[in-house]
Amino acid sequence: MNDTAAPIPADSRPRLPRGVRLVHNEAQGGWVLLAPERVFKADSIAAEIVKRCTGEATLEAIVDDLAKSFNAPRERILTDVTAMLRGLADKKLLEL
Amino acid sequence: MAGNGETPLYTPLGLLAELTHRCPLGCPYCSNPLALDPRDNELDTATWARVFSEAAALGVLQVHLSGGEPGARRDLVDITAAAHKAGLYTNLITSAVGITADTLDKLADVGLDHVQISIQDNEPASADHIAGYRGAFARKQALAAQVVGLKIPLTVNVVVHRANIDRIEKMVSLALSLGASRVEIAHVQYYGWALRNRAMLMPTADQVERAAKSVDALRQRHHGEIVIDAVVPDYYARLPKPCVGGWGRRSLNVTPAGKVLPCHAAESIPELEFWSIREHSLADIWKNSPAFNAFRGTDWMAEPCRSCSRRNIDFGGCRCQAFALTGDARATDPVCHLAPGHDSVAILAAAREDAPYAYRHM
Repeated sequence: MNDTAAPIPADSRPRLPRGVRLVHNEAQGGWVLLAPERVFKADSIAAEIVKRCTGEATLEAIVDDLAKSFNAPRERILTDVTAMLRGLADKKLLEL
Repeated sequence: MAGNGETPLYTPLGLLAELTHRCPLGCPYCSNPLALDPRDNELDTATWARVFSEAAALGVLQVHLSGGEPGARRDLVDITAAAHKAGLYTNLITSAVGITADTLDKLADVGLDHVQISIQDNEPASADHIAGYRGAFARKQALAAQVVGLKIPLTVNVVVHRANIDRIEKMVSLALSLGASRVEIAHVQYYGWALRNRAMLMPTADQVERAAKSVDALRQRHHGEIVIDAVVPDYYARLPKPCVGGWGRRSLNVTPAGKVLPCHAAESIPELEFWSIREHSLADIWKNSPAFNAFRGTDWMAEPCRSCSRRNIDFGGCRCQAFALTGDARATDPVCHLAPGHDSVAILAAAREDAPYAYRHM
């Protein structure tokens, strides 16, 4: 992930493609993102972001929701979410 | 964790389900054992369903439906449905020959998550020659198109060796044109049939060097477009691979006849005692079977592994390779530059021969 990720349009509706899903698994100690022949452990913040990538919510709405839920500055959230979603999209784990 | 005499207990992530050893192709780089399980020894549908539910209960997240050619099983759709029902992420690893269009439609309906198709070369005649099956290449293209049409993610797997290694760029282009989201460039791993064909498959040092540069350049060029994963060429490495993520740590393998192995080549080590799913639960085998505990943790290691700072990174490399090349399954994988037998690996890599392949057969 890099700090200067290319911006994502505010009206983009990020979603997990078929073959990628977020699951909670006690035995594996929490949230994991399942993908083709790969498994990524997701920390609770990453899971909160990915959970909102339903293909219905826009990036703008997701960032607003996270800023409100976690009482954090919107600018900071937008930067973090953009970097994370770009990183996932580059790995073909997310569609923007 | 280790060091106090107790074996650490890990949670497995992946299950390799070798549904059958039958396969219409004869690829000389196959890592299946030379002694293949016959059809009448194969586990039935209900036993596979039990394996999947026990695997999910153990914490396994993904099942790789493999073989042989899984399409050789008449009950592949039922088996896949059982894996999906158990909550597992289902990955079909296929040659494409034997998976009909109708079967794939049904697999998609019962929840298949991902398909991996092997491609032997980008040139059809060469591809069919390597596979030992005329018409295989065309069938692979057709199945790939259907997978993508169903919006199931597709990985193209390319095993590279002396005959095709100079065409990595073209093979990645082929994967892109087929609509794959991921391509695996896997150098041959020398076990089973591949070990028998080593002299005919081994690339030269120059080829390996060019291949590495090519993969780096392709990753940059296609960043965000296709994921390129690479399996390293063991015999030209300085450090060993962390084989299966460490013995008995992350994965298990069930053979067509029901033996449960820490890795798919483990039966090549004669001293190991494997337990069968016909007689034990998967949890019992994972925790207590002698084969799984043989090389768990670090207590089994000898020097130079034992005091090595990388012992928990690469776990001494591959046990099967250590046995195949040194006769001692506890030895440091000789691929490691610190291993006493390291020089012999370069000698083996130089022993190339342009003879006909010994094609895999039952």
